Amino acid sequence: MIAIVNVFLKEGVLDPQGKAVHHALDTMKFEGVEDVRIGKQIIIKLSETSKAKAIEEVTKMAEDILANTVIENYTIEIVE
Amino acid sequence: MRKVAILQFPGTNCDLDTKYAFEKMGLRTSIIWHKETTIEDDVDLVVVAGGFSYGDYLRSGAIARFSPIMETVKTYASNGGKVLGICNGFQILTEARLLEGALKRNENLHFISRYQTLRVENNSNVFLSSCEKGEVLNIPIAHADGNYYIDDEGLKTLEENEQILLRYCDENGDNLNVNGSVSSIAGICNKEKTIFGLMPHPERAIEDILGSEDGVKMLKGLLSL
Repeated sequence: MIAIVNVFLKEGVLDPQGKAVHHALDTMKFEGVEDVRIGKQIIIKLSETSKAKAIEEVTKMAEDILANTVIENYTIEIVE
Repeated sequence: MRKVAILQFPGTNCDLDTKYAFEKMGLRTSIIWHKETTIEDDVDLVVVAGGFSYGDYLRSGAIARFSPIMETVKTYASNGGKVLGICNGFQILTEARLLEGALKRNENLHFISRYQTLRVENNSNVFLSSCEKGEVLNIPIAHADGNYYIDDEGLKTLEENEQILLRYCDENGDNLNVNGSVSSIAGICNKEKTIFGLMPHPERAIEDILGSEDGVKMLKGLLSL
Protein backbone atom coordinates (compact mmCIF):
# COMPACT_ATOMS: atom_id res chain seq x y z
CA MET A 1 0.00 0.00 0.00
CA ILE A 2 1.26 3.45 -0.83
CA ALA A 3 0.45 6.60 1.11
CA ILE A 4 0.90 10.00 -0.47
CA VAL A 5 1.29 12.81 2.00
CA ASN A 6 1.06 16.39 0.75
CA VAL A 7 2.35 19.08 3.07
CA PHE A 8 1.60 22.76 2.52
CA LEU A 9 1.99 25.97 4.47
CA LYS A 10 -1.32 26.92 6.10
CA GLU A 11 -3.55 29.57 4.61
CA GLY A 12 -2.46 32.86 6.09
CA VAL A 13 1.17 31.77 6.46
CA LEU A 14 3.11 33.55 3.71
CA ASP A 15 4.66 31.10 1.24
CA PRO A 16 7.76 32.91 -0.11
CA GLN A 17 8.48 30.22 -2.73
CA GLY A 18 4.90 30.24 -4.00
CA LYS A 19 5.04 34.03 -4.17
CA ALA A 20 8.28 33.95 -6.22
CA VAL A 21 6.84 31.42 -8.68
CA HIS A 22 3.62 33.43 -8.92
CA HIS A 23 5.70 36.48 -9.80
CA ALA A 24 7.60 34.47 -12.45
CA LEU A 25 4.34 33.22 -14.00
CA ASP A 26 3.09 36.81 -14.19
CA THR A 27 6.34 37.87 -15.83
CA MET A 28 5.91 35.06 -18.37
CA LYS A 29 2.49 36.54 -19.22
CA PHE A 30 0.46 33.57 -17.97
CA GLU A 31 -2.86 35.18 -17.24
CA GLY A 32 -5.39 34.50 -14.53
CA VAL A 33 -3.00 33.02 -11.94
CA GLU A 34 -4.61 33.94 -8.63
CA ASP A 35 -2.38 32.15 -6.18
CA VAL A 36 0.54 29.70 -6.12
CA ARG A 37 1.40 27.53 -3.13
CA ILE A 38 4.44 25.26 -3.01
CA GLY A 39 4.47 22.22 -0.81
CA LYS A 40 6.14 18.86 -0.67
CA GLN A 41 4.95 15.38 -1.43
CA ILE A 42 6.12 12.42 0.62
CA ILE A 43 5.45 8.96 -0.78
CA ILE A 44 5.48 6.15 1.75
CA LYS A 45 5.37 2.48 0.85
CA LEU A 46 3.73 0.43 3.60
CA SER A 47 3.42 -3.28 4.29
CA GLU A 48 0.03 -2.60 5.92
CA THR A 49 -2.95 -4.05 4.02
CA SER A 50 -5.78 -2.36 5.91
CA LYS A 51 -6.52 1.08 4.53
CA ALA A 52 -7.98 2.30 7.83
CA LYS A 53 -4.89 1.22 9.75
CA ALA A 54 -2.62 2.76 7.12
CA ILE A 55 -4.40 6.09 7.41
CA GLU A 56 -4.18 5.94 11.18
CA GLU A 57 -0.45 5.21 11.07
CA VAL A 58 0.37 7.82 8.43
CA THR A 59 -1.67 10.44 10.29
CA LYS A 60 0.53 9.86 13.30
CA MET A 61 3.64 10.19 11.10
CA ALA A 62 2.32 13.45 9.68
CA GLU A 63 1.51 14.89 13.11
CA ASP A 64 4.81 13.80 14.65
CA ILE A 65 7.34 14.64 11.96
CA LEU A 66 6.20 14.98 8.33
CA ALA A 67 4.42 18.29 8.94
CA ASN A 68 5.08 21.07 11.41
CA THR A 69 1.49 21.77 12.36
CA VAL A 70 2.40 25.20 13.70
CA ILE A 71 2.76 26.38 10.09
CA GLU A 72 1.72 23.48 7.85
CA ASN A 73 -1.35 21.46 6.90
CA TYR A 74 -1.26 18.02 5.33
CA THR A 75 -3.44 15.68 3.31
CA ILE A 76 -3.14 11.91 3.09
CA GLU A 77 -4.12 9.83 0.10
CA ILE A 78 -3.89 6.04 0.04
CA VAL A 79 -3.31 4.48 -3.36
CA GLU A 80 -3.10 0.82 -4.50
CA MET B 1 28.33 28.53 36.08
CA ARG B 2 30.13 25.23 36.27
CA LYS B 3 30.04 23.77 32.79
CA VAL B 4 28.49 24.28 29.34
CA ALA B 5 27.43 21.21 27.35
CA ILE B 6 27.25 21.68 23.58
CA LEU B 7 25.12 19.31 21.50
CA GLN B 8 26.53 17.86 18.30
CA PHE B 9 24.27 16.32 15.65
CA PRO B 10 25.38 15.05 12.23
CA GLY B 11 25.68 18.32 10.29
CA THR B 12 26.22 20.61 13.29
CA ASN B 13 29.10 22.93 12.37
CA CYS B 14 29.17 25.64 15.04
CA ASP B 15 29.94 23.30 17.94
CA LEU B 16 33.66 24.07 18.03
CA ASP B 17 33.16 27.83 17.60
CA THR B 18 30.69 27.73 20.47
CA LYS B 19 33.12 25.72 22.59
CA TYR B 20 35.90 28.21 21.78
CA ALA B 21 33.68 31.17 22.70
CA PHE B 22 32.67 29.80 26.08
CA GLU B 23 36.21 28.66 26.88
CA LYS B 24 37.51 32.12 25.99
CA MET B 25 35.12 33.40 28.63
CA GLY B 26 36.78 31.06 31.12
CA LEU B 27 34.17 28.32 31.22
CA ARG B 28 34.54 24.57 31.08
CA THR B 29 32.77 22.85 28.20
CA SER B 30 31.90 19.41 26.93
CA ILE B 31 30.54 18.24 23.60
CA ILE B 32 27.65 15.77 23.67
CA TRP B 33 27.12 13.56 20.61
CA HIS B 34 23.42 13.32 19.76
CA LYS B 35 23.25 9.57 20.38
CA GLU B 36 24.21 9.98 24.01
CA THR B 37 21.45 10.11 26.59
CA THR B 38 23.07 11.72 29.61
CA ILE B 39 23.85 15.27 30.58
CA GLU B 40 26.44 15.44 33.36
CA ASP B 41 25.33 16.70 36.76
CA ASP B 42 27.65 19.71 36.73
CA VAL B 43 26.21 21.13 33.50
CA ASP B 44 24.53 24.51 34.07
CA LEU B 45 23.79 25.29 30.43
CA VAL B 46 23.02 23.14 27.40
CA VAL B 47 23.73 24.81 24.06
CA VAL B 48 22.15 23.50 20.88
CA ALA B 49 24.75 24.78 18.43
CA GLY B 50 24.20 25.98 14.88
CA GLY B 51 24.74 24.20 11.59
CA PHE B 52 22.71 22.01 9.31
CA SER B 53 21.64 19.03 11.39
CA TYR B 54 20.64 16.16 9.10
CA GLY B 55 21.26 18.43 6.11
CA ASP B 56 18.11 20.41 6.95
CA TYR B 57 16.19 17.55 5.30
CA LEU B 58 12.39 17.72 5.56
CA ARG B 59 12.59 20.96 7.61
CA SER B 60 15.44 22.56 9.52
CA GLY B 61 15.64 20.81 12.88
CA ALA B 62 12.79 18.40 12.16
CA ILE B 63 14.86 15.23 12.32
CA ALA B 64 17.35 16.29 15.01
CA ARG B 65 14.53 16.72 17.50
CA PHE B 66 14.10 12.93 17.51
CA SER B 67 17.75 12.22 18.36
CA PRO B 68 18.20 10.32 21.65
CA ILE B 69 19.81 13.29 23.46
CA MET B 70 16.71 15.43 22.90
CA GLU B 71 14.61 13.38 25.33
CA THR B 72 17.28 14.05 27.96
CA VAL B 73 17.30 17.76 27.05
CA LYS B 74 13.51 17.87 27.51
CA THR B 75 13.81 16.34 30.97
CA TYR B 76 16.72 18.65 31.82
CA ALA B 77 14.67 21.66 30.71
CA SER B 78 11.51 20.55 32.51
CA ASN B 79 13.55 20.49 35.73
CA GLY B 80 14.49 24.13 35.18
CA GLY B 81 17.79 23.47 33.37
CA LYS B 82 18.89 26.32 31.10
CA VAL B 83 19.02 25.70 27.34
CA LEU B 84 20.30 28.03 24.60
CA GLY B 85 19.62 27.30 20.91
CA ILE B 86 21.61 29.23 18.32
CA CYS B 87 20.43 29.31 14.67
CA ASN B 88 19.83 25.65 13.79
CA GLY B 89 19.62 25.11 17.55
CA PHE B 90 16.71 27.59 17.66
CA GLN B 91 15.06 25.68 14.81
CA ILE B 92 15.53 22.38 16.67
CA LEU B 93 14.02 23.85 19.87
CA THR B 94 10.92 25.09 18.03
CA GLU B 95 10.53 21.74 16.23
CA ALA B 96 10.81 20.03 19.63
CA ARG B 97 8.10 22.45 20.89
CA LEU B 98 10.42 23.63 23.65
CA LEU B 99 9.96 27.11 22.19
CA GLU B 100 6.85 28.51 20.55
CA GLY B 101 6.42 29.31 16.85
CA ALA B 102 8.34 28.04 13.84
CA LEU B 103 11.11 29.13 11.48
CA LYS B 104 10.43 29.05 7.78
CA ARG B 105 12.23 30.05 4.58
CA ASN B 106 13.43 33.67 4.45
CA GLU B 107 10.94 35.88 2.67
CA ASN B 108 13.42 36.76 -0.10
CA LEU B 109 14.46 33.08 -0.38
CA HIS B 110 18.14 34.03 0.04
CA PHE B 111 20.66 32.57 2.43
CA ILE B 112 21.55 35.71 4.39
CA SER B 113 25.07 35.82 5.81
CA ARG B 114 26.30 39.12 7.24
CA TYR B 115 26.73 41.22 10.34
CA GLN B 116 23.34 42.42 11.53
CA THR B 117 22.29 44.93 14.16
CA LEU B 118 19.83 43.68 16.79
CA ARG B 119 17.89 45.47 19.49
CA VAL B 120 17.64 44.01 22.99
CA GLU B 121 13.92 43.86 23.74
CA ASN B 122 13.94 42.44 27.24
CA ASN B 123 16.69 41.85 29.78
CA SER B 124 14.54 40.40 32.55
CA ASN B 125 16.16 37.04 31.84
CA VAL B 126 19.54 35.56 32.67
CA PHE B 127 20.65 35.36 29.03
CA LEU B 128 20.47 39.08 28.29
CA SER B 129 20.90 40.26 31.88
CA SER B 130 24.21 41.97 31.05
CA CYS B 131 22.65 43.98 28.20
CA GLU B 132 20.59 47.15 28.42
CA LYS B 133 17.01 47.17 27.19
CA GLY B 134 17.00 48.94 23.82
CA GLU B 135 20.73 48.40 23.37
CA VAL B 136 21.83 47.75 19.77
CA LEU B 137 24.23 44.83 19.25
CA ASN B 138 26.14 43.86 16.13
CA ILE B 139 26.09 40.08 15.64
CA PRO B 140 26.41 37.92 12.50
CA ILE B 141 23.42 36.12 11.04
CA ALA B 142 23.77 33.19 8.60
CA HIS B 143 20.55 31.42 7.70
CA ALA B 144 18.07 30.50 4.97
CA ASP B 145 15.27 29.52 7.35
CA GLY B 146 15.16 32.34 9.86
CA ASN B 147 11.72 33.69 9.06
CA TYR B 148 10.06 33.43 12.46
CA TYR B 149 6.34 32.71 12.47
CA ILE B 150 3.85 32.80 15.30
CA ASP B 151 0.12 33.55 15.14
CA ASP B 152 -1.33 36.84 16.45
CA GLU B 153 -2.45 35.35 19.73
CA GLY B 154 0.97 33.77 20.31
CA LEU B 155 2.71 37.05 19.53
CA LYS B 156 0.57 38.85 22.07
CA THR B 157 1.49 36.30 24.73
CA LEU B 158 5.19 36.60 23.90
CA GLU B 159 4.97 40.37 24.28
CA GLU B 160 2.99 40.25 27.52
CA ASN B 161 5.38 37.79 29.15
CA GLU B 162 8.51 39.64 27.98
CA GLN B 163 9.53 36.57 25.98
CA ILE B 164 10.84 38.50 22.98
CA LEU B 165 14.60 38.71 23.43
CA LEU B 166 15.83 40.42 20.26
CA ARG B 167 14.51 42.14 17.15
CA TYR B 168 16.35 42.87 13.91
CA CYS B 169 16.98 46.60 13.57
CA ASP B 170 19.02 49.19 11.70
CA GLU B 171 22.03 50.98 13.21
CA ASN B 172 19.74 53.48 14.93
CA GLY B 173 17.72 50.75 16.59
CA ASP B 174 14.65 51.08 14.37
CA ASN B 175 12.95 47.86 13.29
CA LEU B 176 14.39 46.35 10.12
CA ASN B 177 12.79 43.20 8.83
CA VAL B 178 15.64 41.25 7.25
CA ASN B 179 13.97 37.89 6.62
CA GLY B 180 10.20 38.28 6.93
CA SER B 181 9.99 37.37 10.60
CA VAL B 182 6.75 38.24 12.39
CA SER B 183 7.36 41.51 14.25
CA SER B 184 11.09 41.41 13.19
CA ILE B 185 11.74 38.81 15.89
CA ALA B 186 15.30 37.45 16.05
CA GLY B 187 15.12 35.58 19.36
CA ILE B 188 12.67 34.47 22.03
CA CYS B 189 12.54 32.54 25.28
CA ASN B 190 9.96 30.35 26.98
CA LYS B 191 7.54 31.73 29.55
CA GLU B 192 9.72 30.54 32.45
CA LYS B 193 12.75 32.30 30.87
CA THR B 194 14.89 29.18 31.04
CA ILE B 195 15.02 28.21 27.35
CA PHE B 196 16.44 30.71 24.85
CA GLY B 197 16.53 30.63 21.05
CA LEU B 198 17.97 33.08 18.55
CA MET B 199 18.94 33.07 14.88
CA PRO B 200 22.06 35.32 15.20
CA HIS B 201 25.43 33.79 16.14
CA PRO B 202 26.89 35.42 19.29
CA GLU B 203 29.72 32.86 19.25
CA ARG B 204 30.96 34.44 16.02
CA ALA B 205 31.24 37.91 17.56
CA ILE B 206 33.75 37.45 20.35
CA GLU B 207 36.84 39.12 18.91
CA ASP B 208 37.17 42.70 17.72
CA ILE B 209 39.53 41.64 14.94
CA LEU B 210 36.68 39.61 13.44
CA GLY B 211 34.28 42.55 13.47
CA SER B 212 32.56 42.61 16.85
CA GLU B 213 32.81 41.62 20.48
CA ASP B 214 29.11 42.06 21.14
CA GLY B 215 28.65 38.29 21.37
CA VAL B 216 30.66 38.33 24.61
CA LYS B 217 28.38 41.01 26.03
CA MET B 218 25.41 38.83 25.12
CA LEU B 219 26.74 35.55 26.48
CA LYS B 220 28.23 37.13 29.61
CA GLY B 221 24.86 37.10 31.36
CA LEU B 222 24.97 33.32 31.36
CA LEU B 223 28.12 33.37 33.53
CA SER B 224 25.90 34.12 36.51
CA LEU B 225 24.20 30.71 36.22
